[in-house]
Amino acid sequence: MSNIPSELKYATSHEWVRNEGDGTVTVGITEHAQGLLGDMVFVELPDVGDEVATGDDVAVAESVKAASDIYAPVSGEIIEVNEDLEDSPELVNSDAFGDGWLFKVKLDDAAELDALLDAEGYANSIDDE
Amino acid sequence: MTNKTVLHAKHLECGAKMVDFYGWEMPINYGSQIEEHHAVRTDAGMFDVSHMTIVDIQGSDAKPFLRRLVINDVAKLEVAGKALYTGMCNEEGGVIDDLIVYFYSDTEYRLVVNSATREKDLAWINKQAEGYSVTITERPEFAMIAIQGPQAKAKVATLLTAEQTAAVDGMKPFFSVQAGDLFIATTGYTGENGYEIALPADMAADFWQQLVDAGVAPCGLGARDTLRLEAGMNLYGLDMDETVSPLAANMAWTIAWDDENRNFIGRDVLAAQRAAGDQHKLVGLVMEAKGVLRTGLKVITEHGEGVITSGTFSPTLGHSIAMARVPRAVKLEETVQVEMRKKLVDVKVIRPSFVRNGKKVF
Repeated sequence: MSNIPSELKYATSHEWVRNEGDGTVTVGITEHAQGLLGDMVFVELPDVGDEVATGDDVAVAESVKAASDIYAPVSGEIIEVNEDLEDSPELVNSDAFGDGWLFKVKLDDAAELDALLDAEGYANSIDDE
Repeated sequence: MTNKTVLHAKHLECGAKMVDFYGWEMPINYGSQIEEHHAVRTDAGMFDVSHMTIVDIQGSDAKPFLRRLVINDVAKLEVAGKALYTGMCNEEGGVIDDLIVYFYSDTEYRLVVNSATREKDLAWINKQAEGYSVTITERPEFAMIAIQGPQAKAKVATLLTAEQTAAVDGMKPFFSVQAGDLFIATTGYTGENGYEIALPADMAADFWQQLVDAGVAPCGLGARDTLRLEAGMNLYGLDMDETVSPLAANMAWTIAWDDENRNFIGRDVLAAQRAAGDQHKLVGLVMEAKGVLRTGLKVITEHGEGVITSGTFSPTLGHSIAMARVPRAVKLEETVQVEMRKKLVDVKVIRPSFVRNGKKVF
């Protein structure tokens, strides 16, 4: 069973969302998702300043095995991307919930966070897969 | 029903992630496909290839039978132990399988064929053997382990008896020898030195463990695929199949035309194709930009369209490589385009060989 931190929120499409408490969130993909994808070789990130809407495909995780779209779990403006992934995409494998984060979003509507899954809900959703 | 090799428990002990591979539950990796890949390129790694099928062909007609069955000519084999890579085609000149033939004498040969094609191959071989005085014996009582990498031979040497050490001393590539319980061949599928060793199934788990203890890294099918693609080696089912001519699969070199009286299966069709020069060809593609070339992507050239048959990220080179079947008029060093996620990306055409002995070769 992979690690699913209880302080985070989740989308069924395997993104995690950390509420930074200042109207911004940090987004990554879950440990479960990186395990399915295998060794990451490139991560294509959005541009800072992009306006994204919930469900938009905003990034691509390319593992040795496959290319997978990553979706915006919330609407807002991209305010920062994890540039370390440019040279070290394997951070997504080694530290999916930490150094392997993907991008930060300034929320349009903080209420959107309520629509995301909690850890238990996400655990159930991956059990059903 | 899923088949398991005798090494199944050892894979789980080594932390393998198992997947279904043509009906066999096999390790895809033991944690990181890329680390396993690098282990083979820089040190030594090993693969359980017990799912592959060993078929012994014996009898007074073994040689004329094989001269008909496969497109390469086993008459080239004159030294006991020598191995030959070849295709086995149908009457229409499509590739039923690619395989290695090991020679002992004109009446004793060993074939190693793919696991995915086992039943089809055995049915075809048995059917073609009608009228020949040969016996065809599958050898499921053997397990097979491939140990590959610059340190592979040295690490295996620590496990061998004096007699076995003498038997493999100075053995050239593409040879084999039966040494005690071990059938040791200098064949492989990674572009590195090493051995493929067949041994009685009941000895396999101990032998595997001794290799682990000698510092040989267990490697899964994931690394096997990136290694073989870097080496420019074909994979059956992707780079060729029954609908593809060996001329279109970079296997022309394995067709032995010299003896005009040798009527190998598919000869007429392949000779006509060769004369017409109308078959596509298999080339290598290199893309240094971000992204990974994948099987099935369309290749656009000024001579018409082609298709990527195998594509991957090359862990040794740090960018993507692929094999593609393209119109014959496409030239090496030319730039063509691949349609990737709705955009066109430039890629360079090269001979389909990317890495040998750990080094870039283009």
